[in-house]
Amino acid sequence: MALDEIKIGGLGASRRRVEDNRFIRGKGNYIDDIALPGMLHMEILRSPLAHARIRSIDVSAAWAIPGVRMVLTGEMLAARNLAWMPTLSYDTQAVLATDKVRFQGQEVACVVADDPYIAKDGCEAIVVDYEPLPPIVNPSQAKAPDAPLIRDDKTGQDSNVVFDWEVGDREGTDRAFAGADVVSAIEMHYPRSHPSPIEACGSIADFNRATSKLTVYMTTQAPHIIRAAVALVAELPEHMIRIVSPDLGGGFGNKVPVYPGYVVSILASILLECPVKWIEDKSGNLISTGFGRDIYLKGEMALRSDGRMLGVRMHTDSDHGAFFSDAQPSKFKIGLMHSAFSCYDIPTAHLTAQGVYTNKAPGGVAYRCSFRVTEAMYFQERMVQAAAADLGMDQAEFRRINLVRDDDFPHRTPWGFLTDSGQYQKCLDLGLEAIGYEDFLAQKEEARQRGRLLGIGISTMTEPLGAGNSREYDILGIKMFDSAELKVHMTGKALLRTGAKTQGQGHETTWAQIVAHELGIPAEDVLVEEGDTDTAPFGMGTYASRSTPVAGAAVAMVSRKIRAKARKIAAHLLEVSEEDIEWELGRFSVRGAPDRGVTIQECAIAAYSNMPDGMEPGLENNAYYDPPNLTWPFACYIATVEVDPETGVWDVLRVVAVDDCGVRINPMIVEGQIMGGLTEAYAMANMQFITFDEDGNCIGSNYMDYLLPTAWETPGFELHEVVTPCPHHPIGAKGIGECATVGGPAAFVNAVIDAIGDAGVRNIDMPLLPDRVYEAITQGHDISGAPPVKTEP
Amino acid sequence: MSTLFEEVPPSFGDDVPVRRLELTVNGERRAADVEPRLLLAHLLRNGFRLTGTHTGCDTTNCGACTVLYDGVPVKSCTMFAVQADGHEILTVEGLATASELHPIQEGFKDEHGLQCGFCTPGMMLSAKALLEENPNPTEDEIRWALSGNLCRCTGYQNIVKAVMWAAEKLGGGTAGSDEAGEEG
Amino acid sequence: MYPSRFRYEAPSTVAEAIGLLAAADGEAKILAGGQSLIPMMKLRFAAPAMIVDINGIGGLNYHRADGDGTYRIGALCRHADLEKSASLGDHQPTIAAAAPVVADPLVRTRGTLVGSVCHADPQGDWASVMVSLEGAIVAQGPNGQRSIPVDDLIDGPFQTVLAADEIAVEAVVPAARGTRAGGYLKLERRVGDFATVGVAVSVEMSGDSVAKAGIGLTGVGPATINASGAAAALVGTSLEADAVDAAAQLAAEAAQPRSDHRGSADYKRHVVATFVRRIGAQIQRSEQKAA
Repeated sequence: MALDEIKIGGLGASRRRVEDNRFIRGKGNYIDDIALPGMLHMEILRSPLAHARIRSIDVSAAWAIPGVRMVLTGEMLAARNLAWMPTLSYDTQAVLATDKVRFQGQEVACVVADDPYIAKDGCEAIVVDYEPLPPIVNPSQAKAPDAPLIRDDKTGQDSNVVFDWEVGDREGTDRAFAGADVVSAIEMHYPRSHPSPIEACGSIADFNRATSKLTVYMTTQAPHIIRAAVALVAELPEHMIRIVSPDLGGGFGNKVPVYPGYVVSILASILLECPVKWIEDKSGNLISTGFGRDIYLKGEMALRSDGRMLGVRMHTDSDHGAFFSDAQPSKFKIGLMHSAFSCYDIPTAHLTAQGVYTNKAPGGVAYRCSFRVTEAMYFQERMVQAAAADLGMDQAEFRRINLVRDDDFPHRTPWGFLTDSGQYQKCLDLGLEAIGYEDFLAQKEEARQRGRLLGIGISTMTEPLGAGNSREYDILGIKMFDSAELKVHMTGKALLRTGAKTQGQGHETTWAQIVAHELGIPAEDVLVEEGDTDTAPFGMGTYASRSTPVAGAAVAMVSRKIRAKARKIAAHLLEVSEEDIEWELGRFSVRGAPDRGVTIQECAIAAYSNMPDGMEPGLENNAYYDPPNLTWPFACYIATVEVDPETGVWDVLRVVAVDDCGVRINPMIVEGQIMGGLTEAYAMANMQFITFDEDGNCIGSNYMDYLLPTAWETPGFELHEVVTPCPHHPIGAKGIGECATVGGPAAFVNAVIDAIGDAGVRNIDMPLLPDRVYEAITQGHDISGAPPVKTEP
Repeated sequence: MSTLFEEVPPSFGDDVPVRRLELTVNGERRAADVEPRLLLAHLLRNGFRLTGTHTGCDTTNCGACTVLYDGVPVKSCTMFAVQADGHEILTVEGLATASELHPIQEGFKDEHGLQCGFCTPGMMLSAKALLEENPNPTEDEIRWALSGNLCRCTGYQNIVKAVMWAAEKLGGGTAGSDEAGEEG
Repeated sequence: MYPSRFRYEAPSTVAEAIGLLAAADGEAKILAGGQSLIPMMKLRFAAPAMIVDINGIGGLNYHRADGDGTYRIGALCRHADLEKSASLGDHQPTIAAAAPVVADPLVRTRGTLVGSVCHADPQGDWASVMVSLEGAIVAQGPNGQRSIPVDDLIDGPFQTVLAADEIAVEAVVPAARGTRAGGYLKLERRVGDFATVGVAVSVEMSGDSVAKAGIGLTGVGPATINASGAAAALVGTSLEADAVDAAAQLAAEAAQPRSDHRGSADYKRHVVATFVRRIGAQIQRSEQKAA
């Protein structure tokens, strides 16, 4: 009798989460919960200025404070060749400033003390003499002929340009535009945003002089990459470094890069020979660590009068701050920006991209998305809405006639990606039906007669999730595969470890479900562990929605290796040849004699007690999975809004989400990911951004100015599902964690633009703050939100 | 943190003021010597090692540090430990009994009301205060009552469901909720 | 996140507290709700040498109407006490409208109206409300009590005329000569945000005509703004649309906003006018309903 897969917590079960048992009791183990004997505490002194030469740093008063154990400056680090560190994009970044500070909030000195209050006292006692320099806060300032050179530390760097990059068919695209009936153009800025997990970053470095072993507990989404980075930066042997990523209070991309606080805590531990804890405060997190976005678009679409898209041209200018420290594949300088328009059937496209340095915090991390995909899909869907308006076409119909059709897969996108599966029109239709599209249009028109502004916004997109394959995707040359190790104990219980690192996605629950699906071992019998480089197999970590596509696939593959071995054991136990063994969930039986069988648990004990002659004992294995392609989930998000014409305040009426992420392992968790993503999309559209004034002061460096929505503002979400299995993933799953953050913002913005359609406005930069919307309505022009923010005394 | 409670190292000299405080934490009497500047959240976390109370921001916005202070939800990062002298504190660690979870805890698990879990203790304590005052809240009342607690993962929808789940479980005239209702 | 060192005192009487303040020579801060002070101390924007915690002083956590209609709010009355008061709306509609939109629900369980007024944050809600009601703060010092109209209390951003040895022990709203009506509207981007614009309108109705009016503006100047000219334009009217519109324009002119990331000066002025109109319309609707 076959097992009921849902009952054992297999594929498709909305299994309640294992990790919750500790979190709901307050027994999680986050970085700041860890206390080691003899531990000291470190605080960072940050620059108040955006651009300044350091004349001197006087630390004597800090040293004089009882309880202060060490004061570290850039000069001290330089003496150990540690003042600069490599970034994830082949640039360098100051650990502690030596020559200049290049952004407000840059790390200038660190104080280690008996407790963090005293460490803070120490920071306050340090006197830094700065010579202010003119700050740069946007790309046009950076490229001005007389712009000050921000990176005068780099030989050969004679401008503020980081890179120029190009992809696509320039001439073919020029021809498409020459033959177009209509050309639709739009410009916009995707504002700087911050992933802002509620828990900021932190580390506890524990160097043991006696054993020469360095253990670092730290908030990282990618512990193995960090181990390699620490080995390179600190010049320590890699086998003597252990990185432990404990429970993470959210990540969203913020916890991928290496930050100066981590590095200095390690150095301090080595010098002081005791554990040194650094817990970043929220202001430090927002002002200095990996932001997302901050990118400008000039986009054009060539159109035929019947609505067909003929070609696309995009130019992006990206603001990388003072150090180019994007976490992204080395081959693609502007990430996967060229994945834009992958869901549409477009013959040709061309993209140019330029990146610049500015006096702003470094970053460009993939904030809840695959490398720059959020920007790509936002630009795409904003361009699509503008094009539909220019053609005078219904926005849903315009999408429908241009979406790639089901029978066109595999489909080569104009920039060279291969999309492999989907039912795009079906998702769109389901979304339109759920929102009641025709009814809403009538309601909108009726409301307009009474002076009320209703709007509907659609966003349809497919996005590349789950880097690698390793041919194309690497970080600092390390190929983007992932791994799983499965140990089935003799009683049939199992331990699974992967190279990913959960931050709330529920790996401890989901991975066990994959094992249950593949082996019939009940999910509750599988313990999942991640995040400790001494025990976990090498992997690239969790970001870019890559866990299920890559590590999850590795879990399936290692389970299949275990099953293959168990099959041999079963044949041995049942005294038949392997060819005569049949598998049903959790059990092998003899072909033609289904009553004669052994369970996977019986095979497990036999692997340790009664294996066939010549077989290696044990039932343990590992798998390294290099996916043949990215996964391509599809989503259709539709939002309806009402705009208050008197104040510009807009309220969300409804949000409908149709997601096709292939096979859903745990539907409850998948839906949780979608709702979380939609909330961040709403946040970016409505309130969440970091800007700068003309002096380079960061506005948005704490939660008073950097606004995350509360339960009160956040709309409710109506979720729908379409399942098109991924053809190359072992269990047919696609990435999902980030779809809603990627596709969602355009739905909200398109809805507001739709609502104020009569004003003749094509674009308002996010966030759509009330004053921006009001100005757009009353002035009838596009609204730029690019820094510097306009202030007056 | 040991220098901030219990005892002051001699090197600090006489100018560091220290105060003795006595309080009840999760039903247990506790005492400590603290510097007045020590925040209540830090006393709980680092002094008493009740690390379920989290600190997520430095500007009194996120609510991850929410505890019940004489039954009233407060941000424990925005009170000094000395202010708890003579008062009763309930932290997340005090929600469950040895054998049983509190229905709010069960609700959060059953309705997938948490992901990373960092905001969860504060959310649950705000929810507890709400349900004691209003045993049958509407969705809007729940959203309003939780609007001092930020969650970055869930989008709140499942948190609202979790609180409704708990309200239902607590309903049917259990003594605890009746009494609390009268107080409110 | 980690405040500087300070001396902590927890007096049990107002007199004792005044003695401590007097001895501290201006270096002490009073801790009531602490929901503005402690955040500033955590960021080290404030580092007082002494904290005088008045939470242990009995008898300050009241809000009540005297027999003559004078409304009194004690120094330890929390925002949440006002928000949850069943009777407040009948006496003090403007206060009742503002209480639920001050900060967030958790801050409201600790923060106090009196403390908020004395904090004198131009973006604080309560000072505008009190200004619209011609409210006063009762300050107690070594030489006894004095009453200071809130409009005179605040003399700049985060500055008041309170002496270093004075404690604000209560807020007082004078009795109305007619029926009270009013409202408070706040443009905030999310719960707990500071006001981009806040407008408090309070009127006393004699029959269907306004006998007295006050308008206070939040977040649109270096300090709370008393739009007295705009309020005067309401007196004698029945809050008909034209009259309210005139007052709305005057209120917008009285505002002194600056352009910043929350909006342009022009926009904020426009919202001031819009909110005056909306509150005017709200009052008129409720008056009609009552009639």
